[in-house]
Amino acid sequence: MIILNKKFNEIEKNISKIQKVKGRSLWHDARVRFFKNKAAVVSLTTLFLVLLFSFLGPIFAKWSNEEIDWSVLGDISTLGYPSIETGHYFGTDELGRDLFSRVIQGTKISLMVGIVGALIAVVVGTIYGATAGYFGGRIDSIMMRIVDILMSIPYMFVLILLLVIFGRSILMLFIGIGLVSWLDMARIVRGQTLSIKKKEYVEAAITIGVSHFTIIRRHIIPNLLGVVAVYATLLVPGMILTESFISFLGLGVQEPNTSWGALISEGAGTMRYGTLWQLLFPLFFFVISLFSFFFIGDGLRDALDPKDR
Amino acid sequence: MINFILKRISIAIPTILILIIISFILMHSAPGGPFTSEKPLPEQVLKNINAKYGLDQPMYIQMYNYITGIIFNFDFGPSFRYKDRSVNDLIAQGFPVTLKYGSWSFIIAVFFGVSLGVIAAIRQNSYLDYLSVGFSVSAQVLPNFVMAPILVLIFTLWLGWLPGGGWEGGKIQFVIMPVIALSTSYMASIARLTRSSMLEVLNSNFIRTARAKGIPKYKIIFSHALKPTLLPVISYLGPAFVGMITGSVVIDMYFSTGGIGLHFVNGALNRDYSTIMGITILIGCLTITFNLLVDIIYAWIDPKIRYDS
Repeated sequence: MIILNKKFNEIEKNISKIQKVKGRSLWHDARVRFFKNKAAVVSLTTLFLVLLFSFLGPIFAKWSNEEIDWSVLGDISTLGYPSIETGHYFGTDELGRDLFSRVIQGTKISLMVGIVGALIAVVVGTIYGATAGYFGGRIDSIMMRIVDILMSIPYMFVLILLLVIFGRSILMLFIGIGLVSWLDMARIVRGQTLSIKKKEYVEAAITIGVSHFTIIRRHIIPNLLGVVAVYATLLVPGMILTESFISFLGLGVQEPNTSWGALISEGAGTMRYGTLWQLLFPLFFFVISLFSFFFIGDGLRDALDPKDR
Repeated sequence: MINFILKRISIAIPTILILIIISFILMHSAPGGPFTSEKPLPEQVLKNINAKYGLDQPMYIQMYNYITGIIFNFDFGPSFRYKDRSVNDLIAQGFPVTLKYGSWSFIIAVFFGVSLGVIAAIRQNSYLDYLSVGFSVSAQVLPNFVMAPILVLIFTLWLGWLPGGGWEGGKIQFVIMPVIALSTSYMASIARLTRSSMLEVLNSNFIRTARAKGIPKYKIIFSHALKPTLLPVISYLGPAFVGMITGSVVIDMYFSTGGIGLHFVNGALNRDYSTIMGITILIGCLTITFNLLVDIIYAWIDPKIRYDS
């Protein structure tokens, strides 16, 4: 009896020990895998630093982005170079404005366009794709045919058409980018939904009479989040590229606002006069941020995609 | 096969019509007519001008005239800014230029992209492979509007080898930089796609069988592995084509090559509605036709597609 009791006690202890071990969720596993990926971690840090720069930079700036430094205005190429003494850490632009502050402003706007654009794409694309995939049949084929048609339109041209007609403003840029950016997302989400729909838990939900809307909200969308997260991080640089492209042409963000594309365009236009810093500083931030987004996206895909494990 | 082609054409035609209708409605919902300016014209003059361009008719008649004009006469109407030139003149002047450097870029991107990808896959984990992967990763963040100033900086300002812009009837030294700037990022994407696709194919059973039979390696690669490898590459050609046509706007702007992109941006900056609309529609039709071709080629290579859909 005593021996048996002892045994039971031990078993009890063991059981309580086992129960103390935390369950490993998909997201926990993914996080561990993600942080093992060096490129992704470095990128995450870089991106964090860029964000920090755009928020804390103004504290260190001696000039605001709208002030004109009249003392260098006459001869930018010899006086407007980057220096700590004059307070123009990145030099000045063609109009004698402080490039450090301009780059901060551009970074903020470009990142905002990227993130907001991706957010619109995620929300609209996920709902659209999940609906099409879940209902299937005729609804699906009509909805996806619409996506096909919209996708084969050269959207950059339509976007510029929109900007010309309704005026060039950041709001219009958001609307225009939002209109076209969700298409890929909708396709990817639909494909995933088709496979999730056949899972037993969805079948179970249908049999106990859960409404379609609730099934999509509670069962389909949470299981899509992995794919959506990966694709969203890859969408952000895509949006930034689109915005920069349009701003490079002078059709996007308007003065006094600026963005990476607009700054690169300015720098590219004036580099013939020997003011190379006007091109290189914005280009540097543009390149490292895009790199970071791409590597984070890759890292997330490796972490969340069970196929490659 | 014929069924497949007919089905695709039956999607392409309504797509083109929708594109035309969307841009037409967009143009007409623009605040103010094309002839409203800051100095208001006398009412009778405005009336006469509107009558000349047919703008006094109801909208559906205008739309009907516009669409039939495009379809039957390939006529995009007059330019609203240049009184002496029609949109057709602008296109006829700019299109050959765009076509020349565009098709070179396309050929170069596909040829070198595929070769690079195949070499990288055959010599996996060699220095050549790392070089090609490194190139394709970095070219992601070097879109045409970043490449163009960098190329000018190196080859025009530092080395002085190539002229920084102009066209001169398409002499070789004027074509080189536009082609490199336009093709680099697509070459990189194609190389990436080819590499991963080739690696997957090389690991499949039929290649192992071929190897077991003692077929020489180059023959396995060219007559067994290449065809399935190219499938994802072919489906990427559509987006690459759109991207390059869009990129040509930047090339025309930056290198002053005088292609249709230049007219597009000028039209956009001057609010020359009929020009941007005409170019948008033309490019839309080109894109849709090209996608149709790609689909047909794809179905021709891969019978699965032909019979599934």
